[in-house]
Amino acid sequence: MKKIIAATAAAALLLLAGPAAAQDPNLARNLVANCANCHGTNGQAVPNSGMASIAGEPKEQLIKRIKEYRSGVRPATVMHQLSKGYTDEQIDLIAGYLAAQK
Amino acid sequence: MFNRRDFLKAAGASAGVISLAGCAGGSKASGHVVVVGGGYGGATAAKYLRMWSNGSVEVTLVERNSAFISCPISNLVIAGEKTLADITVSYEGLKKWGVRVIHDDVVGIDAEKRKIRLAKHGELGYDRAVLSPGIDFMWDAVPALKSEAAQAQILHAWKAGPQTVALRKQLEEMKDGGVYALTIPKAPYRCPPGPYERASVIAGYFKAKKPKSKVLVLDANEDIVSKKPLFMKAWEDNYKGLLEYRPNSELRDVDVASRTAILEFDKVKVDVLNVVPPQRAGTLVAQSGAKLANGRWAEIDWTSMESVNAKGIHILGDSTLSAPLMPKSGFMANQHGKTAAAAILNLLAGEAPSSEVMMSNTCYSFVDARNVIHVASVHRYDAEKKTMLTVPGSGGVSAARNEIEAGFAMGWAKNIWADMLA
Repeated sequence: MKKIIAATAAAALLLLAGPAAAQDPNLARNLVANCANCHGTNGQAVPNSGMASIAGEPKEQLIKRIKEYRSGVRPATVMHQLSKGYTDEQIDLIAGYLAAQK
Repeated sequence: MFNRRDFLKAAGASAGVISLAGCAGGSKASGHVVVVGGGYGGATAAKYLRMWSNGSVEVTLVERNSAFISCPISNLVIAGEKTLADITVSYEGLKKWGVRVIHDDVVGIDAEKRKIRLAKHGELGYDRAVLSPGIDFMWDAVPALKSEAAQAQILHAWKAGPQTVALRKQLEEMKDGGVYALTIPKAPYRCPPGPYERASVIAGYFKAKKPKSKVLVLDANEDIVSKKPLFMKAWEDNYKGLLEYRPNSELRDVDVASRTAILEFDKVKVDVLNVVPPQRAGTLVAQSGAKLANGRWAEIDWTSMESVNAKGIHILGDSTLSAPLMPKSGFMANQHGKTAAAAILNLLAGEAPSSEVMMSNTCYSFVDARNVIHVASVHRYDAEKKTMLTVPGSGGVSAARNEIEAGFAMGWAKNIWADMLA
């Protein structure tokens, strides 16, 4: 009986974790590939290209910045428009993956 | 014989179980992927397949040209602001990722037997094929331009390379006081803002060097297709009397010798005639047996970029039937390449492709040598509608033309070229 409860609880936890975590373990990696066109592969921009390198920045700092673009607090040429395309959960995944880059 | 593909089929039966146990990274995937076409879509797919699989998947890239030449930024070569060398990138970087690069033409593809036949290098077997051939022109729509000789005189310059240089030469040789005409086909075509950018930067060149000359835009569409208010403002402010825009002016044919554009009710003889013909998916796509909408664009599954009917064949970039509000752009093709790479690595590991697909796009256009405007969008896969839809509230255009984004346009180019090829 205990085993069944534990299994059910584990299943419920999986459901709570949301479809993103359960379905696609590569989601963070794939989302960061949306940034790479301008900010370089895995967020490592070409040196002296005039684009910000965003790899290896602290996660909380990245989240704060993207959300400031999204809310309009931080002025931008294009990031205010692009950041509105992503959910909080997606931004969290993106920032986590970028922060883990060297 | 029980080959790798049969094994994957068998493994696919338990895909759900494998998926839950799956760890990050595609290193469980193995097999051989042949990518045809080393442009924005294909080169990206080739690199990301190697990078994301940690080298466990073999990748062969078949590309006709010895180096990559970018269509984006090529209008600046035509305007005399950049050189062809500035927009040319070597394929050596892909070789460092372990991509086998073969410079050759594909003469046939057999989707059943999973084989691609090359003109000079024999046959390639594959587990998955990625076709990213870009566009081909529908010369039937401009009958007088069917011959190569005619195409060498009335240029399209809608594939960057020798045509880009040749158009620049024609403009340089044109006398001051001459007329340059650009014809635009009905949408959809490659690079929606591209023709308006070209008209703008050529007008900028005339203004500086040949001020008595004129740019005439003959647009088959009923209005400017992309970034209309921003282009119109630039034309009004910078090129009044120098650039004339005519909507609803579909080209029917040309007279090559006299450089005359033949429209439905009018004939326009000019000094430099630049025809961007109607387009369709690269011929190879039709040859593969992939289903085409209107005989032109490939219908694909957006979670994998796989043809809806030709199994094992993934199609990228301009060749695809675009999702709503999705442009045929190099940026977009790069995103397609990554979605295909992720899906193929899943498939080669016996897992289903993810349905959480996101793509973004930003297209920069120069309206003169120093000022740029952009259009941006974010697209998310909608499982119910089975297509990519723009995220409500996202995307937009520049508030006004500006010099800051000219820097970003070049910065974007350097980074996307590296993202594909370095």
